[in-house]
Order: sequence, then C-alpha cells, then structure tokens
Amino acid sequence: MDSTVASTGTEGKTWGGGNKPLVASYGKMMMWFFIVSDALTFSGFLAAYGFSRFKFIKEWPIADEVFTHVPFLHGQELPMIYVAFMTFVLIMSSVTMVLAVDAGHHMNKVKVTLYMFLTIIGGAIFVGSQAWEWATFIQGDYGAVQTKGGNILQFGEYVTVDGEDKFKRISIDDFAVHHSTERTQHQRKNGLWFVTEDPLPPYSVNEIYEGLAANSNILVRTQEINDEGHKTVLSREESLKWVKNNGQLVVKGANLKVNEYGTALFADFFFFITGFHGFHVFSGVVINIIIFFNVILGTYERRGSYEMVEKVGLYWHFVDLVWVFVFTFFYLV
Amino acid sequence: MAHEHKLEIFRGLWKFKSNTQKIWGVLAFLTFVTAIEVVLGIYKPDVLMHTWIDPLEGGFFATIGNIILSPFVYMKPLNLIFILLTIVKAYYITWDFMHMRDETKALRRMVVWTSVFLICYLIFILLQEGGYVYEVYFTEDALIKRDF
Repeated sequence: MDSTVASTGTEGKTWGGGNKPLVASYGKMMMWFFIVSDALTFSGFLAAYGFSRFKFIKEWPIADEVFTHVPFLHGQELPMIYVAFMTFVLIMSSVTMVLAVDAGHHMNKVKVTLYMFLTIIGGAIFVGSQAWEWATFIQGDYGAVQTKGGNILQFGEYVTVDGEDKFKRISIDDFAVHHSTERTQHQRKNGLWFVTEDPLPPYSVNEIYEGLAANSNILVRTQEINDEGHKTVLSREESLKWVKNNGQLVVKGANLKVNEYGTALFADFFFFITGFHGFHVFSGVVINIIIFFNVILGTYERRGSYEMVEKVGLYWHFVDLVWVFVFTFFYLV
Repeated sequence: MAHEHKLEIFRGLWKFKSNTQKIWGVLAFLTFVTAIEVVLGIYKPDVLMHTWIDPLEGGFFATIGNIILSPFVYMKPLNLIFILLTIVKAYYITWDFMHMRDETKALRRMVVWTSVFLICYLIFILLQEGGYVYEVYFTEDALIKRDF
C-alpha cells in the first residue's frame, strides 16, 4: 500500500490538509449537514401546506375551533392551552439536553446521566401528548354534513352571551332523529368475502335533515370565511335547502378522506406533518436512550470525550426547532 | 478539552457568568416569547386582525411598492408578529442551544445561508402558485364550480 501513496512533504501545511477552516469534528459536521437536509424536507412539507392553504384561503379551518381540548378538562373550550404546554415541554427537554452537553464538557458523568434521563422523559411526554391530540382530532366533537362538492356544513344556534349574539355549535348527536338503520355495514363474513367496507357514518343525511327540520333554532354554517373572519352562517331556509339538496355524507371526526372541521386537506397535512415530526421525536427518544445507556456504561468516560452526547443533542434541538415552526403555522397563524 | 462559550446574548446586553446560567437565561427568554404568542393567539386583539395598509393602486410603481411592502399589505399584523417571533425563537435555539454562536463563521454561513436561500425560494414559488390556483378556482370568473 505504501507504494500507492505519494508522500508530498506538505503534510500539516495549508495545501496538505493542515488547515481546518471549520474547526469542527467530522461527526458534528455531518450532523449539521443532515440537519440542513432535514430542514429542507420539513420546509418542503410546510411550504406545500402553505400552498394548499393559499388555495383554500377563504375556507381554511380556524385552528382555534379545532384544537380546543385539554385532558381532564372535559367539555371546556380552551384553545391553545394544551399545545402551549406541549411546546413548553419540548423546549424544557431541549434545555436539559444542552445541560447534559455542558456537563459532558466537564466530564461529569452523574450529571450527564441525570440530564439525559430528564430529556428522555420530556420527549416521551411530548410524544404521548401528540398521540392524545391525534386521538381527539380523529374522534371529532360536533359532527358535520359533507356536500356533493366535498364542502362541510356544520350546525349550531345563536345564543346571547354578555349581550352579544354568538354562534354556538351543536352536536349532530343532540338533534338527529334516529331511525333503525337503513342498511348495515358490509363485512366479509356476511357478504362477498373479497369486498370490505369502511364503518358506516353514525347517521344518514335524511336523519340529520329531519332533526334539523324539527328544531327551528338550528342553523347551518358553511366553511366559507366572511369579511369579519368568521365562517358564514346561513338563514333558516337556506340551511334546510342546503342540507336537503346538497348533503351527501355525515362526517364525525377527521381522517385522511374526510374532515368535519372543513377542507380535508387540513387533516391530511396535520397528520402528515405532525406525524413526521412525531416520528422524529420518537426516533430522537430512541437515540437518546441508546446514548443514555452508553453514558451509564461509561463508554464516553473511557473514550475521554462526551462528543456523542453533543451530536445527538444537535439532533434533539433540531426537532425542537421544527416544532417551533409547526406550532406557528398549524396553531397560531 | 477547551470548550469556550460566548457568554452574552442580545449583542452583549445580557451577560452570563457560566454556560449553565446562559442556558437558563435563554430558556427564560424563549418561554417569555412563547407566552406572548399564546396570549396573542387566545385574545387576538382587533387592532392586529386587519392589515394596516391597503394595496397601493395605479401603475408600475404601485405594484413594485406592493411587492416590497407585501408583508404589511397582504398579511394581518398578528400573523406577521407570529412569524417574526418564531424566527427569533429559531435564532436563539440554533445559536445558544445548538452552540452555533461558538462555531466558526464559515460553518455558520454554510448552514444558515444554504437553508435560508433554498427555503425562501421554495416558499415564494409555492405560495405564489397557491394564490394563482385560488384565483382560478374561487374568484367570480372561475371556470370550475366547487360549492354544490
């Protein structure tokens, strides 16, 4: 092998590789490169979300009406509170991570162990909260009717709060007239074995229409946003007409095909982007656990450097960084 | 092993004695910014819900003006505030938690300029296109009917 490597006599000099302009180790620099490319992936998703949002700019669901739930506080409308908590948990776990890195610089094994442990706990709380957020979103709360054009009609009534007329949503469960079901779900065991069908909606459009006709206080709200920034509420006659003529499907909750809160794309992007971010958090937790055990086993103590903690720390902070943007564009703007 | 940290933020307005102290200081600042966002997000002050400047009208220079002032002409002040605060948070996470402040200028520029340039490009193209599709679908002379 020696014969293939020419010794130039310039080793250690500038043109012999003696100059290290970035003063960063190979591993750290590669982590930065990965982070840049991953940042571009995420911005691709968020820009695609922006595209769809600009396309449906006049009827995009209002996040404050969608994410209103907080665990253990059932039936209260508290927008922003839970997601603010999640954001704080993630920032806090970023702090414990950077404290672990700092303790690593001082070769303090006990502190690195403690802070890594706290970071893992923070990540786990965040992923759990996100799972809960998904479950609530999939479950839905008021239900709606989808029209033939794929738009959403929601129900509610005007109530007077503090001398001001406010539109209060009413759940379809509260007014729909329930007949014995017109048809049952097609299952493999009682029909063609090679054909399946998704679960049927809770009500048919006719049952909703009968309930609407019987309750004169209930009005329909379309997904179109008016000049005041609220969704348009139809008159009583219009309400009945729209449900009767255009209603096609009763929707409860959200999935990749339908979304009771409005445009189905909103749910698609929510699942896709928060899901991809949640997957990053999850893999971050797994990597943190591996590093955590390495710390306990003394691997880095023997190596004489806790740089691995620093590298996984970069990844963890990046996950936090992405969440800051997801938080803004899904919940705030 | 020498790990030197720059121990001041806000261009030296806030100095810290140790790296640990700086971390807690940055946490306090980030929490403060998030709290502002959450409070604005819940109360949505009316002043911030409508644009302060109407689009300029009349010819070429008005169009140029609209492009230059587009964050003020086409965006609600509230959303502008949210986006600016987000970038502020992103800056402090990258600079102090990821220790970008302590890296060399070359590494910093390599990471930041590349992403900022590409992301701005991507966002411009897609948002522009989204606005166009909206006009095709939803304005009065649209050829497609979606609401039925």
